[in-house]
Amino acid sequence: MTLIIEAVVLGILTGSVYALMASGLTLIFGVMDIINIAQGILVILGAYLSYTLEKYLHIDIILGLLVTIPALFLLGMGIEWAFMRRIKRDRVMISILVTFAVALVIEGLLNFTFTANYVQLQAPYIDAAIPVFGFYLPYIYVFAFILSGVLLTLLYFLVYRTKFGFGLRASMQDRTAAALIGIDVERVQTITFGIGVALAAAGGMVFGATNPFNAASWGDLISRLLVIIVLGGMGSLRGALFASFAMLVISDVIDVVWSPIWASTVFFALLIVLLLFRPQGFFGRIEGRKQ
Amino acid sequence: MKKIKRFGLLALLALLLAFPQLFPDPAVTSIAIFALLYAGAATAWNLFSGYTGYISLGSAVFYGVGGYALALLCKGWNIQGGYVPFLLLPLVGLIASVFAIPLGWIALRSSRHVFVVITIAMFNIIQLLAYNLPGITNGSAGMFLPTPPWDAAFFNTPFYYVSLIVLLFSIGVSWWVRNSKYGLGLLAIRDDEDRALGLGVKTGPFKLVAYVISAFFIGMIGALIAYFIGSLYPPFAFTSVFDINVALMAFLGGIGTLVGPIVGAFLLEPLTQYITVQLQVVGLDQILFGSLMLAVILLLPEGIVPTLRRRWVKWTASRSATSPVAGIRGKGQALLVKGGREGKR
Repeated sequence: MTLIIEAVVLGILTGSVYALMASGLTLIFGVMDIINIAQGILVILGAYLSYTLEKYLHIDIILGLLVTIPALFLLGMGIEWAFMRRIKRDRVMISILVTFAVALVIEGLLNFTFTANYVQLQAPYIDAAIPVFGFYLPYIYVFAFILSGVLLTLLYFLVYRTKFGFGLRASMQDRTAAALIGIDVERVQTITFGIGVALAAAGGMVFGATNPFNAASWGDLISRLLVIIVLGGMGSLRGALFASFAMLVISDVIDVVWSPIWASTVFFALLIVLLLFRPQGFFGRIEGRKQ
Repeated sequence: MKKIKRFGLLALLALLLAFPQLFPDPAVTSIAIFALLYAGAATAWNLFSGYTGYISLGSAVFYGVGGYALALLCKGWNIQGGYVPFLLLPLVGLIASVFAIPLGWIALRSSRHVFVVITIAMFNIIQLLAYNLPGITNGSAGMFLPTPPWDAAFFNTPFYYVSLIVLLFSIGVSWWVRNSKYGLGLLAIRDDEDRALGLGVKTGPFKLVAYVISAFFIGMIGALIAYFIGSLYPPFAFTSVFDINVALMAFLGGIGTLVGPIVGAFLLEPLTQYITVQLQVVGLDQILFGSLMLAVILLLPEGIVPTLRRRWVKWTASRSATSPVAGIRGKGQALLVKGGREGKR
C-alpha cells in the first residue's frame, strides 16, 4: 500500500514537471501550428547547461536557472527566426521535419561536446530526503513541484491576464483575424516559441536531477511529451496539465504493481485506447473544416 | 522525346543489372544493396504517405516486424542459409501487412496531424514489445539469422539481384497506383479529404489499403536487410533512423512523385553509408545529416524532381519563345505546372 501511495505522490510531483515541458509544446502548436519535435532535445540541452554551470562554475542548479532559462529563451527565438518563419506551406508537416533536423544537429553537437556517457546533476537536496507517509521523498521532487507550480502560474497570468496573452490567444484562434485587428502575429509567434523553449530549460534541470541522461535520451522523452499533448487535445494548456498528471500517476503505479518494463508500454497503449473513443483528446476541439 | 526517355530507362536498367560485374568490390556492392533497398523503402513509404499526405514516422515498425518474421520462420522451419529465405520474402511481406491492418485502422481514425504523433507512439510501443517479449524476440540478447554458405567474393551478388527485384516490384506497384483510379482517389484525399469523401471516394478503406501495401514492401525490405546483416537487436531492428531516413529521401527527391523517392535514396543512402563508415567522430554524422536535411527542406521545399521538371519546362518555353505559337504552348505548359503546384497543399 505504501508503495502505491509513494507511486501516486511521485507521479503527481513529476507530473508537474512534464506539465511544464508539455505546455511549452502545446503552446507552440496552438499559436503556430508547429509540432516542435526539438522540445525533447532542448530539455536535454537545458539539463546539460545546468550540468556545465554546476560542474565548472559551481553554480547551484536551481540558481543556474536564472542563466539557463533566458539562454534557451533566446535560442528559441533564434530557431523561430532562422527556420520556422521560412516555412510557407504545409506548416505542420514541414515543421515536424525541420524541428527534427534541428534536434538532430543539437544532438550531434551535444554528443560531440559531452560524449555519449550518462551524467546526472549533483546537488545536496537531490540525495537528501524527508519521510512522508512511511517512505522517503527526496527534496528535489518537492522543489520541482514548487518550481513548476510557480512557472505554470506565471504562464497562466501571461496568457490570460496580459496584453501579450490577449494577442497570443487571438493568434491561436485565427491568425488572419488577429493580424487584421492590429496584432503583430510574427512577433507573438517568435516570443511564444521563445517561451515554449524556455520552459524546456526548467524542465531540463529537473529531468537531469532525477534521471541519468545523455544526448540520446530525447527520443523517449519527446514521445512521452507528444503522447501527453495528443491526450490533452493539441493546443490545449488545461489538457496538457491534466494529461501530464494522469499519465505520470498511471505509469508510476503500474511501475510498482506490475513491472517497470511495462510502464512505458501502458503509457502508449492507453493513448491508443483513448483515441479509439475520443480522437480529439480530452480537451481538444473537433477540428472544423478549413478552407 | 518519348523515345529518348525509353532509351534512357533501358540504359539505366542495363547499368543496374551489370553493376556487380562492373564494380565487384564487396564494399561498393554493399553500399549499392543498401541504396537499392532504401530506394524500395522510400518508394513504398511514398506510396502511402506521399500520395495520401498522411506522413508516417513509424514505418520502422514494419521494417522490424519483417526482420523478426524472417528470423522466426527460419528458426521454426529449420531453414538453412542459402536461397530459400529469399523465397520466404513474400510471406514475410504478408505477415507485415497483417500487422499493418489493426495499426492502420486505429491510427487512421485521427486527423493527419495527430496521425504523425500516433505513428511515433506506435513505433515506441512495438520497440518496447521487442524488448519485453523475450519469449518471442529473445529480448535485448538479439536473434541470429542463418548464414548463407557463399564465399566473400560471391556473397553480395544474390543479395544485390534480389534487392533489385524488390525495388523494381515496388516501383511497378507504385507506378500502377499512381496511374490508376485508385491512386487518383489517394491524391484526392491528399488535396482535400472532405471533398474527396463528398465526391464518393471511400477515404477510410482507400487509406488503409495504401498503408497495408506500403507495409508489405517495407516488411520485405526489413527482412532482406536483417538477412544481409545476419542479426537482429531491438534498437537496430526498430530504429528511428529508418523512420526519418525514408521520409527525408522522399522529401529530398520530391514527395508524391514516382521517381522522387528513388532519386533521394540514391543520393542519400551512399552518403549515409560513407559518413557512418568513414567518419568515426561521435556526433558528426548527426550534425551533417541534420544540416543537410534543413538545407533541403528550406531551400528545395518541393524536392529535386519537381524543381528540375519546372526548370526544364521554363527553359524549353523560353527557347521556343521565338515562334509565337510555340511560345503560347510553352506558357500554357508553365501555367499548367504552376496550377498543379498550387493545387497541392
